[in-house]
Amino acid sequence: MEFTCLSKGGCFYFPPCHMLNICGFRIQFDCPVDFSALPIFSPVPFDFDVLSDKELSSHLGHDSLNLENVSEEKTEKPLDVGSLIKAEPCYKIIKNLCLWNPSFTNIVLISSPMGMLGLPFLTREKGFSAKIYATEATTKLGKIMMDDLVAMHMEFKQFYGSEDDAILHWMRPEELKLLHRALRGVAFGQDGADLGGWMPMYSAADVKDCMQKVETLRYGEEACYNGALVIKAFSSGLEIGACNWTINCPKRDIAYISSSIFFSSNAMDFDYLALQKETIIYSDFSSLELMNAIENYTRVPLMDNNLLPLGSNEEALANLLSDPAETVEESEKLSFICSCAIQSVESGGSVLIPMNRLGVTLQLLEQISASLDYSNLKVPIYFISSVAEELLAFANVIPEWLCKQRQQKLFSGEQVFAFVELLKEKKLHVFPAVHSPKLLMNWQEPCIVFCPHWSLRLGPVVHLLRRWCGDPSSLLVLENGLNVELALLPFKPMNMKVLQCSFQSGIKLEKVQPLLKVLQPNFAVLPENLSRLINSNTESFTVFSYSEGKTLCVPNLKDSLELEITSDSAMSFCWRKLHQGNVDITRLKGELSLNCGKFKLFPENAQVATDQRPLIHWGQPDLEKLLTVLSKLGIEGSLQQEVSGAESSNVRFIHIHDPTTGVIEIQESMTIISVVDKTLSARIFYALNSVLDGV
Amino acid sequence: MAIDCLVLGAGQEVGKSCVVVTINGKRIMFDCGMHLGYHDHHQYPDFSRISDSRDYNTALSCVIITHFHLDHIGALAYFTEVCGYNGPIYMTYPTMALAPLMLEDYRKVMVDRRGEAEQFTNDHIMECMKKVVPVDLKQTIQVDEDLQIRAYYAGHVLGAAMFYAKVGDAAMVYTGDYSMTPDRHLGAAQIDRMQLDLLITESTYATTIRDSKYGREREFLKAVHNCVASGGKVLIPTFALGRAQELCILLDDYWERMSLKVPIYYSAGLTVQANMYYKMLISWTSQKVKETYSTRNAFDFKNVQKFDRSMIDAPGPCVLFATPGMISGGFSLEVFKRWAPSKLNLITLPGYCVAGTIGHKLMSGKPTKIDLDKDTQIDVQCQVHQLAFSPHTDSKGIMDLVKFLSPKHVILVHGEKPKMATLKERIHSELGIPCHDPANNETVSISSTLSVKAEASSMFIQSCSTPNFKFLKRNLNDKIDSSCKAGVGGTSSLFIRKCSGLHFKHLNRNLDAKFDSSLSCGPELQVSDDRVKEGVLVMENGKKPKVVHQDELLLFLGEQEHEVRFANCRPVYVGNLGETHVMNCLSRKSVWLSQLFSKLSSELSDRNVQNLGEYLQVESFTLSICSKENCPYRTTNRIENECAIVFCCCSWLVADEILAWKIISILEKHDLGST
Ligand SMILES: [Zn+2]
Ligand SMILES: [Zn+2]
Ligand SMILES: [Zn+2]
Repeated sequence: MEFTCLSKGGCFYFPPCHMLNICGFRIQFDCPVDFSALPIFSPVPFDFDVLSDKELSSHLGHDSLNLENVSEEKTEKPLDVGSLIKAEPCYKIIKNLCLWNPSFTNIVLISSPMGMLGLPFLTREKGFSAKIYATEATTKLGKIMMDDLVAMHMEFKQFYGSEDDAILHWMRPEELKLLHRALRGVAFGQDGADLGGWMPMYSAADVKDCMQKVETLRYGEEACYNGALVIKAFSSGLEIGACNWTINCPKRDIAYISSSIFFSSNAMDFDYLALQKETIIYSDFSSLELMNAIENYTRVPLMDNNLLPLGSNEEALANLLSDPAETVEESEKLSFICSCAIQSVESGGSVLIPMNRLGVTLQLLEQISASLDYSNLKVPIYFISSVAEELLAFANVIPEWLCKQRQQKLFSGEQVFAFVELLKEKKLHVFPAVHSPKLLMNWQEPCIVFCPHWSLRLGPVVHLLRRWCGDPSSLLVLENGLNVELALLPFKPMNMKVLQCSFQSGIKLEKVQPLLKVLQPNFAVLPENLSRLINSNTESFTVFSYSEGKTLCVPNLKDSLELEITSDSAMSFCWRKLHQGNVDITRLKGELSLNCGKFKLFPENAQVATDQRPLIHWGQPDLEKLLTVLSKLGIEGSLQQEVSGAESSNVRFIHIHDPTTGVIEIQESMTIISVVDKTLSARIFYALNSVLDGV
Repeated sequence: MAIDCLVLGAGQEVGKSCVVVTINGKRIMFDCGMHLGYHDHHQYPDFSRISDSRDYNTALSCVIITHFHLDHIGALAYFTEVCGYNGPIYMTYPTMALAPLMLEDYRKVMVDRRGEAEQFTNDHIMECMKKVVPVDLKQTIQVDEDLQIRAYYAGHVLGAAMFYAKVGDAAMVYTGDYSMTPDRHLGAAQIDRMQLDLLITESTYATTIRDSKYGREREFLKAVHNCVASGGKVLIPTFALGRAQELCILLDDYWERMSLKVPIYYSAGLTVQANMYYKMLISWTSQKVKETYSTRNAFDFKNVQKFDRSMIDAPGPCVLFATPGMISGGFSLEVFKRWAPSKLNLITLPGYCVAGTIGHKLMSGKPTKIDLDKDTQIDVQCQVHQLAFSPHTDSKGIMDLVKFLSPKHVILVHGEKPKMATLKERIHSELGIPCHDPANNETVSISSTLSVKAEASSMFIQSCSTPNFKFLKRNLNDKIDSSCKAGVGGTSSLFIRKCSGLHFKHLNRNLDAKFDSSLSCGPELQVSDDRVKEGVLVMENGKKPKVVHQDELLLFLGEQEHEVRFANCRPVYVGNLGETHVMNCLSRKSVWLSQLFSKLSSELSDRNVQNLGEYLQVESFTLSICSKENCPYRTTNRIENECAIVFCCCSWLVADEILAWKIISILEKHDLGST
């Protein structure tokens, strides 16, 4: 098995991407889009006046730079809104992925809706023919998010016109020279060398085409690829529909762990017990991001083994994993956001929550509306997105994908989500866009708005930020993973309060080791930074560590494979007992099939028994016994007396007298039968076969 | 190993479905239903037959419920709360959501009608439901280390599922009720092709073949429309769930299209709740209905409103859904009593009514009077429309399913005895599958698959998995031809799928195949393959069986090969060839060899004959010119015309015996000089 980490991703919205070679198949894990560089583009201007002003200033700026024609580094002006690229934005995909010919990929596994957003870039490549697997819910949510992305991007297309060749205009070397150094860093890496992976936005047709190539699965459903691989998805808890994978092939059992959450308030919980497999590929970088922020962390052991429960029995470990502390922490975060939101609306400001996480959005919706009720505030909540209505409708018809508490609501006859009631009571309003007529009729401030896009470059958020950025009593809730300074650049001066928070996006560092202990793999394939924290001497598994861009080989554990032989088949075999030891032996007969990763031997269709003669013999023939057998068959022969003193004393002869003449020459490792008659020679072979071992 | 099937209910009847299956030591109860036609102890399955000690928790591994109909779930609360079963219960999400409504509805009817002590309470229902584990379709559930179950879509009612169960090598499917054709609100049953020892299938319509459902739906709508158009009232007695929603979708849609204003009523408040469930579980409905979720959920009925008891005698036409179905009591009976005497009114009945209900009486003949009890007689003047569409499969569907799954045995349940006997005979004679139709409380034992699990060496698997080059040398016609011959001759066959390149797959046993009765089972290309026979299975006492390739066998056994060859040194007539040419010994030999070579090459055109200078070789057969005076393999020493004869020393292995004797006969007839 060969494993290559193409990208370790960045945040919740940018999951890792890997390639796995196994049993002759190539599997790609996830296909995300890296939105972190999107803020180098300028958002769609509010109106043309504003545009012309800004354009003017930026052009002046450039001109002056050109005129001076001196080292940019000394004289570069400070980063301001004019530095942003005024063009239809491009999107960054995994640059390492471009090194792999997509036509050689057999399977693409999508673990979450976020891991799906780059898929149309891949499926529109020439020669792409891989089978894509994703859960039903991920597929649907991914589709909704892509539709939204296309719709939001349309605003740029309408503004800049659709000259296809002009899209990458800003990437021309002469244009890049003019780009602000800080932006170049964001877009092309610190050394500015990373030019690959920029793509113009896909079209609605690309999305549609992509969706047709996706095979959807339910949790725990077996997908059998080409008979050889059995692929299953199990809930990861990260988001509705998000999953981890198990892959069984005849030679190896693998569990792939993506970012997972033990207790989720919406999605079905992390089903970790299903991942007890021989090889674990650990691909949750969420705790490592945090760790990077804390210096000197690498020297601290991940988990003091003494702190683990005595004997580390499974139950104790399970208790450790199910420790609900993280849930408490998360709900405290949400409560804090709620309280900030209440404060803002109480002081007459509005609250803007640009978020693309369905789970957190649904939860905040419930909690904020409850807080408003509690504070007796009549403030409308708006959910503005081209897909808002569909998203909510969808969330309401997928109880099978939700956590236990939500399911329990279904079974006790309640609505699964509070938004159904909120919509009925007209506390929550759903609109496709900021300029939809119904919104304008209903609009009321202060208000609370949920809308995309978290990058602050696309969608309704741009317009609302422009509206409120000067209002010191309004609140903007942002997520970690965003370069805030750059993101807020077009909205300066920024007087809104900004609350940046990180929601749980994976397994907590302290739970990694207990988890591995529960899963008991033989091999653990871990990210480099994580493997350094695990003391492999005290663990029962072998650790392999991987890093971005490098291929890792993990050796096979077994040289043999299991073959199932139906008893009907086994019964029809010609069994033979060996002369020595208690060993029975037979040649196989039947039809070998590989199905669902298992080799099976079925009885053959045509049941004509041919008595096949042994082709291989071993052992030494007992000549006295051979003569006895021969005479029983009516063949008379005599053993030629050994020629005393002859060198070739190893060679003995039996001369056949009756029914015809012939000779059997017995050498050390060979016997030669020589008679003229066909039947007689076959009978002698039969006799010889009985005194030797053979098959 | 055997699979034992104890039929506790629905044996040669419809009602109280309950089959307890024992597979490799695991015991599963499929369905736990009640019989609506009985009010005594016959109402429930005789659970005591499962365990003498009535310790059901140790006796059963799990209970599986296929769908929410009372004849499949009606006894569940009784079994868990009164009989004390505490183990796991599996059912699909919709079944789990809707079952309590169904049970509670029925409990109320019972209490209303008989006023007698209830057999289970509402608390019992709630407690019972806590033991249920919901399952999703196709999800493989590991009940315990050995027992695996999986649900497949069955159509029939929302959430109905067929269940697959596997323990060790033995596997089976219990269908529950199913429909093989989609209707307006549900899809058709869908299942994978699998290796099965046993299929237990319903057989409600064991001998009926039905035409399209849409035509029958139209008939129903026309009957209802005609009735309300002439001012009549339509009573549709249904259970709260299932048929009610199906008909509601039909009527709501029809009302919309025809712009009808006549009110459609729902009798019970609980159907409002039921509709909420249907809305949330819309992904379990038909493709068409499913797609409405984001626009207007198809279960948001526009024309349907709640009914008040006081409206029974209100004038004017209307349509009323009233529970329970089959008019077995409750509100539907109350309304029936009032509406039956008018010729204008219409009663619609389902295709099947349990014996003992008023529905059953209305269906058998056209009675004008129905005796409710000793004192009450109902005058029946109204029209009766029997719904001709049913959520059950017809006999063609059953045959299609059995054929598709090709199990080793079939057991029929949930049907009428004489019809089942007919179907049983058909399955046996047409499909060659042994079929049983046990009565209640009978046990059927069938043998199940066992298999040997061997460790196969990589060399063997690799040898079998790589493309067969022998097959590439010949042309396509040859391939197919030879494979046929080989098949007859007992040669193993391997099916190679053209499109899959290096990876082969056995199409006949392709588990991926989605259910499609028209699917042909034939392989795309059949290729003869002897490579399986190169595998050797070694069984040593106390060790895991091992399969090795023949080339690694001796190494594996730690043995020295002892080769067995055949040899024959025979005279071949070379005519004057030997004399006339004055050549040295070596070149003479090579002339003879090349003469023999061309002879053999032309005679054995399908073989690769090689001239290796010293000798000729075909497979393991070798031939050299023998110059030894007393060659031990020389069986004929008496030679006439010695100069026209050379001796050819032949040698071969047993594998090429037939070939060898063929060559020898060619040599015998051969006269080199004459060519
Ligand atoms: Zn049913
Ligand atoms: Zn039934
Ligand atoms: Zn010879």
